[in-house]
Amino acid sequence: MTDDELIWRIAGGSGDGIASTSQNFAKALMRSGLDVFTHRHYPSRIRGGHTYVEIRASDEPVKSRGDGYNFLLALGDSFARNPQEDAYYGVEEVKPLSENLDDLREGGVVVYDEGLLDAEEVPDFEQRAEDNDWHVYPLDLRGLAKEHGREVMRNTAGVGATAALVGFDLDPILDVMHESKMSGDVLEANEAILQEAYESVRDDYDHDHDVSVPEGSHDEEQVLVSGSDGIAYGAIDAGCRFISGYPMTPWTDVFTIMSQNLPKMGGVAEQVEDEIAAASLAVGASHAGVKAMSGSSGGGFALMSEPLGLAEMTETPLVLVEAQRAGPSTGMPTKPEQADLEHVLYTSQGDSNRVVFAPGNQAESYEQIRRAFEVAWDYQIPSIILYDQKLSGETRNVDESLFDREPAPDLGSTLSEEEIQEAAHHHSGKFQRFQFDPEDGVSPRTIPGQKGGRYLASGNEHNESGHITEDPQERIKQVDRRLRKLEAIRDDLAEDDVLQTYYGPEDADYGFLSWGSQQDTVEEAVDRLNGAGYSVKALGVSQLMPYPRQEVSDFLSSVEECIVVEMNATAQFRGLTQKELGRYGEKLSSLLKYNGNPFEPADVVEGFENITSGDGEVPGDHTRYVPAAGD
Amino acid sequence: MSAFSAIDEEREIDRDEFTPGIEPQPTWCPGCGDFGVLKALKQAMPEVGRTPEEVLLVTGIGCSGKLSSYFESYGFHSIHGRALPVARAAKLANPGLEVVAAGGDGDGYGIGGNHWIHTARENHDMTYIVFNNEIFGLTKGQTSPTSPKGHTSKTQPGGSAKDPVRPLSTSLQAGASFIARTAAVNPNQAKEILKQAMEHDGFAHVDFLTQCPTWNKDAKQYVPYIDVNDSDDYDFDPTDRREAAEMMFETENKLSEGEVLTGVYYVDEERPSYQQEKQALGEMPEEPLADRYWDDDYEWERSYDLLDKHK
Ligand SMILES: Cc1ncc(C[n+]2csc(CCOP(=O)(O)OP(=O)(O)O)c2C)c(N)n1
Ligand code: SF4
Ligand SMILES: [Mg+2]
Repeated sequence: MTDDELIWRIAGGSGDGIASTSQNFAKALMRSGLDVFTHRHYPSRIRGGHTYVEIRASDEPVKSRGDGYNFLLALGDSFARNPQEDAYYGVEEVKPLSENLDDLREGGVVVYDEGLLDAEEVPDFEQRAEDNDWHVYPLDLRGLAKEHGREVMRNTAGVGATAALVGFDLDPILDVMHESKMSGDVLEANEAILQEAYESVRDDYDHDHDVSVPEGSHDEEQVLVSGSDGIAYGAIDAGCRFISGYPMTPWTDVFTIMSQNLPKMGGVAEQVEDEIAAASLAVGASHAGVKAMSGSSGGGFALMSEPLGLAEMTETPLVLVEAQRAGPSTGMPTKPEQADLEHVLYTSQGDSNRVVFAPGNQAESYEQIRRAFEVAWDYQIPSIILYDQKLSGETRNVDESLFDREPAPDLGSTLSEEEIQEAAHHHSGKFQRFQFDPEDGVSPRTIPGQKGGRYLASGNEHNESGHITEDPQERIKQVDRRLRKLEAIRDDLAEDDVLQTYYGPEDADYGFLSWGSQQDTVEEAVDRLNGAGYSVKALGVSQLMPYPRQEVSDFLSSVEECIVVEMNATAQFRGLTQKELGRYGEKLSSLLKYNGNPFEPADVVEGFENITSGDGEVPGDHTRYVPAAGD
Repeated sequence: MSAFSAIDEEREIDRDEFTPGIEPQPTWCPGCGDFGVLKALKQAMPEVGRTPEEVLLVTGIGCSGKLSSYFESYGFHSIHGRALPVARAAKLANPGLEVVAAGGDGDGYGIGGNHWIHTARENHDMTYIVFNNEIFGLTKGQTSPTSPKGHTSKTQPGGSAKDPVRPLSTSLQAGASFIARTAAVNPNQAKEILKQAMEHDGFAHVDFLTQCPTWNKDAKQYVPYIDVNDSDDYDFDPTDRREAAEMMFETENKLSEGEVLTGVYYVDEERPSYQQEKQALGEMPEEPLADRYWDDDYEWERSYDLLDKHK
């Protein structure tokens, strides 16, 4: 963490246009040369309800949301339903100003729209502002917006005021506005509002706070992307041209990006009747020779269990994505959690035969879905990308050159017609699709319509040419062959540098183990702890099946103790690690969080300090500690 | 050489090509109506000019699902109720294939009912054969969605309290553009109907009455059958939606009373197939998507060219 950073929170109601305003401001900050990270919090409803977006901007790399925030732009919730104090959800109208106010740092800045919000309704607001040295600027953003345009444009007024208060130039903001899809009138009005807010704040207020925007620069062009963008773009570059799905938060983001782009590329996107159909269509399209994917979130993914098993048994290459949200059942649809790990590893009857990757950040999302397609088509196996509501919606700047890559539409171990003529056939003419001798378990694959390649794909156990069998010897051979593929994949991925991420000094005493989207938050905590004199490193695991036994084992033997950080209540990844490695139980303790909000770096820092100091207490009431076995 | 040279190959086709060399003897019970479907399909396929390697036969699970084991072609024996979503995607991926889906009444009208409604609604260009034996065969004779009201079985010892599904009427409401019923006891009609179904450009649904002598009715109970297109007792126009609907309703009622009516009930040649609809909207390529992966000259689109909005 640097002191010289802006953590700007724009708060209002769902439907107030906060997402697009903040995205544009984040781009402007990025263009000015800063690193940015955005985090979005929203309720599961369309209108009203407290929502905010946080932008963290710094001249140093930002990997995570920060701890709390130092600038609040409270807009007022124009769709608030409960103006009464005794309403079940509390006074919604003032929530943008009152909610999470405790997280505003000392010396922080508050701009609120006095056209909509009354600070008097926030308990003890004045006193708290004084105690915490908050600098409060009540501005009639609504009035200003109405004067030059429409009321909804008060967001823009808020951005103009922000720029004036943190010393940020308007030019990059204006540039982004010009390049956006705004029509002429709307653009003019927004420009006027931006300027006016900027100038009036600059001229009418003396500001003496310490919150400002640092100056930074980038070596190369940056793009602001979410994990969902990374996943969709990686799929496109892997030659995926078929997607089938059914909407469900947060998977809908990937589904939407793909549905908007694939048809323009001569691909096919299908919104279908349910998730059983969605996964089955992807199986059918892949079987017929197209690189296909589907996906969902918890409940929808549960419906995909049987088609997933069908893909395993018929050895149909397939990529599925699972965007976790807090469960069980409908759970908390817009809140992140990492509690579907065991579900995704094991769902569907029979021994699992799949590959599962959990990317740690936006760039890894792109890399790993490319890898998922490669493995799926090379090894004729389903690969799953497991991510969550945190990674799906958080955006971050990455080098544009990350995407400047050769497309990889190759169909892996699929034979061409020429190759089919030379391959083994049953004397009846049937193609020997499921030969059991290949050492890596991968038998040759053909596609309907190819001459000489006909075979039967069956979800029933089958012999080498695909016919149903219950013969014990054939059964063992086929099961063993399919499992050999997983061992071959484990070997193949051992050298892969986009899967496991090591961080911190190699000879550190303590370790953190995380999986998926917690990786970069933990890395920030590692920096802070080492800065404070501790000796800590981290391993962020992305390869969950087949499990990277050697890598994790080496890491664990190199540290005295290790804390496993994950967003669930039952320490699923720690359980997996112990199951896979069969030891280290005495070294592994858990830091867990499952209140619907992802870890902040401070949660991890304090958790570490408390756990290693031996008192086992963890910060606040929102994280939990589970000691190592034998403790 | 094209990547899929079996497709649209012009040559003589011998009926025997559709009999597999590996498992030529089906394991169905003696007298089972499923033999009738197999035979009719083997006869119809050469007549529509398709060879085994350009046919994809996707089946569900049930005695009926074994069809793909006894019919020589590319086959996909999927899972219970899911033949249609697998099959329709294969057709979107490679429209050059002759795609036939098949399964039981439990498979299609029960567990897979949602897919049936939606595949019909979308009017995918494919043929769907439902082996309607009014029973769950493979799981040993439980009541199925088409079992008549009052039908007793081990799981419904007091008799079914439910009216049976109306396969023809439901398909019509859902949007199928070709709907027929035939019976295993009527092999000539069956072959003819399957042929028409496969030649039809759109979703062709054939409700195929297949006796299950082991758990339910035997062949005699489907005889005599009446072909409503030929009989002087019935006069309706299968291209007229209202008349078709009435004829279907009567046919479904009659079956419950033990009278077997069959024939082609509805044909809509005007309605574009799903593929055509999607192509008209620019949502599906003109060239089969599956071909593209074999085209060395194809310039694959890149995400790098989509980044402007992220800058
Ligand atoms: C999800 C699922 N549920 C249940 C079964 C068990 N099962 C197999 S076939 C079948 C019903 C078969 O009846 P039908 O579809 O009419 O086919 P038939 O055997 O009569 O041809 C059932 C219930 C299964 N395989 N999968
Ligand atoms: S149980 Fe019935 S449907 Fe199944 S094979 Fe035997 S006769 Fe045919
Ligand atoms: Mg049946």
